[in-house]
Amino acid sequence: MTRAAPLLSAQRVTYRYPGAPGDALHDVSLEVRPGEFHAVLGPNGSGKTTLVRVALGLLTPGAGTAELAGRPAAAWSRRDLARVVAVVAQREDNLFPQQVRETVLLGRYPHLSLWGAERPADRAAVTRALERCDAVALADRWIWTLSGGEYQRVRLARALAQEPSLLVLDEPTASLDVRHEMEMFELVRALVDRHGLAVMMITHHVNLAARFADRVLLLAAGRTAAQGAPEAVLSRETVERVFAWPVAIAPFDGRPQMIPLRQPKESA
Amino acid sequence: MTRWLGLGALVAIALISAVVLGPAHIALGDLASSEIVRSLRVPRALLALLVGGSLGVAGASLQALVRNPLADPFLLGLSGGAGLGAVLAIALHLAGPWALPLAAFAGALGAMALVYRLGLVGGAQLDPRVLLLAGVAVGAFSGAITTAIVSLAEAADLRNAFLWLWGGLSGASWDTVLVMVVYIPLPLVVLYAAARPLDLLALGEEPATHLGADVEPLKRRVYVAASLLTAAAVAVSGVIGFVGLIVPHITRLVWGHRHRALFPAAFFGGGALLLFADTAARVTVAPRELPVGIVTALVGVPLFAVLLRRWGTRG
Repeated sequence: MTRAAPLLSAQRVTYRYPGAPGDALHDVSLEVRPGEFHAVLGPNGSGKTTLVRVALGLLTPGAGTAELAGRPAAAWSRRDLARVVAVVAQREDNLFPQQVRETVLLGRYPHLSLWGAERPADRAAVTRALERCDAVALADRWIWTLSGGEYQRVRLARALAQEPSLLVLDEPTASLDVRHEMEMFELVRALVDRHGLAVMMITHHVNLAARFADRVLLLAAGRTAAQGAPEAVLSRETVERVFAWPVAIAPFDGRPQMIPLRQPKESA
Repeated sequence: MTRWLGLGALVAIALISAVVLGPAHIALGDLASSEIVRSLRVPRALLALLVGGSLGVAGASLQALVRNPLADPFLLGLSGGAGLGAVLAIALHLAGPWALPLAAFAGALGAMALVYRLGLVGGAQLDPRVLLLAGVAVGAFSGAITTAIVSLAEAADLRNAFLWLWGGLSGASWDTVLVMVVYIPLPLVVLYAAARPLDLLALGEEPATHLGADVEPLKRRVYVAASLLTAAAVAVSGVIGFVGLIVPHITRLVWGHRHRALFPAAFFGGGALLLFADTAARVTVAPRELPVGIVTALVGVPLFAVLLRRWGTRG
């Protein structure tokens, strides 16, 4: 079986923030293909968000190359790129009160002409995106009345309204409870399976990444600690080394699951 | 649709009352043939519409740019620069009908350039927070120099300078209307073209980038266009406060936050407000005249207090 060409391809990229003593990212490679769910794991400050910025052309790597859909990341205009790649960033503001449908409609911006109004096709895309995220019932709600989980679904719907081929999610389940976290992972997995979307997700959930993702990149201090299928990456030795904490690894549903251990009494 | 008709009716009423009302009583039948109406009231009314509209749009766009709903076109130091230019022209007795507006315009542009330069901290990116601080600093500095000049000026000059600083449309003529009609379309078109990306910017710079906006060029265009609008307004009519602060707020309550609808609404809303304020400034203490900035402040401050309460209780 021939694999589709990667939508996102970062090859041996290195990046150092101006004035920083060391590389935030060193010799890291990542490929994400259509129909593939790629999780990026690693401790705080291991370079996950920097990798996203380099891969999307927001930062220029000191060494290595970043390509999106076969074109150098820096060569894309933001507008053209927003039709191929949608990003749900960690944070955003709500300066002015908005309703759900309005904010999802903002996802159509890269498809609109400078002076033209929204067309029926744009409204249809918004409705489709709301349906896929199970958020149709929220369409007329004000943003500030949403719960954390509803809000994340709406933001995902806005990203889908861009009709992208690649979805980049930066910790989409931070501060969500178990149910909403599971719903988000199930939703993302369904988008990958049903619509052939490529997904790159930054997350701290080692166990959910192991159960939902096709491939995992484990970063440590800006370098690749391990990369590949979850069962290959998440060995006890690797996880303990990267997260600097003793763990046990046990299989569940055929995927490795991590259980952090209590520290032995004498060393506490 | 109803709200646009309502706004249109408001502008029409404001225009008609500005033309009909005044210290000199003119019978309705004589309006068309009256020299006072033709060469004083009509150009003055049109100038009030254009200046109020410019301030409304400038305020709405700057609030989106600095991502602070309490921003005002004059918060970015332009009024200070314009005031300094105008007071210098008065103190130096520069003659000619255009000396004062040109000096004020030059002062506003000088302040705009300085604030812009200071806003580009650490390289190529325009930081709205720094822009705001730089505006306050430049405004305070030029205000200090202005006050120093005024304190050394002769009594008659001092009165002129003081009146100018509070704004007024008594300098209106068909020439000033013509200059504004030629001048303001370009910045207005630039801002209208930026309306959609400004909607995105309300989410933050990074989310706006991911949705396809070129954030850095956007911020520069909006800053320059809004400042050019404000500079022209201040050059022909002095510092008229609160229009650029209040009008975007009220229009947001009715039209929502989307800038495609907000900009036209803020233009005509600002025009109507300034028309009413100027008519009041001319009529209430006739035959003398209040600086129109005093009227907008007297109406604007209580209104603003009400809006702040709303802001606090919305949660």
